[in-house]
Amino acid sequence: MSRADRIRRVIEAGLAPERLEVVDDSGRHAGHAGARPDGETHYAVTIVAAAFAGMSRVNRQRLVYDLLADEFRTGLHALQLTTLAPGEAPRA
Amino acid sequence: MSETTAQDRIKGDIAANDVVLYMKGTPVFPQCGFSAAVVQVLTHLGVKFKGIDVLSDPAIRQGIKEFSNWPTIPQLYVKGEFVGGCDIVREMFQSGELQELLTTKGVAHKAA
Repeated sequence: MSRADRIRRVIEAGLAPERLEVVDDSGRHAGHAGARPDGETHYAVTIVAAAFAGMSRVNRQRLVYDLLADEFRTGLHALQLTTLAPGEAPRA
Repeated sequence: MSETTAQDRIKGDIAANDVVLYMKGTPVFPQCGFSAAVVQVLTHLGVKFKGIDVLSDPAIRQGIKEFSNWPTIPQLYVKGEFVGGCDIVREMFQSGELQELLTTKGVAHKAA
């Protein structure tokens, strides 16, 4: 299973998101610090989940980071995160 | 204990400087696109900040992640308070919340 699949599975199980997009951006960072020859280091993730309602940005991202702690331990290097509650306009 | 020293240095730096950015590379030569994006926002707002290059200091690189319980770099601190990483700073800048935060904290910046 690819890291993108594992990220999807963990976030689906942890947050039951209404919308989830996981994009592997590793190719765009090839060759620089943190990149690995076999990729799977850089991801852009967009999550729309009711669990985020009423939470600060920092706490939303912490929640996602906590869910993905194993991935960070095993080479996940960068996560571009958009964390929205249902009904919030995309901010970026 | 080098770990204690790193935590002490972090506390010292964020206490002594109103705005501190833990980043990869320097404000003039960022070594990472995410760090560069935050530098660009701060520069655009005319905010004076201290950039700390974690690539040149492995103890701080690990120490700051433990200090903030945040696994990635860059990390922005304003008046000793953790604000967030690149995505959060960018979102807050676009919505005007970052400018509000700076005003509330009494940090000089340009209107933008």
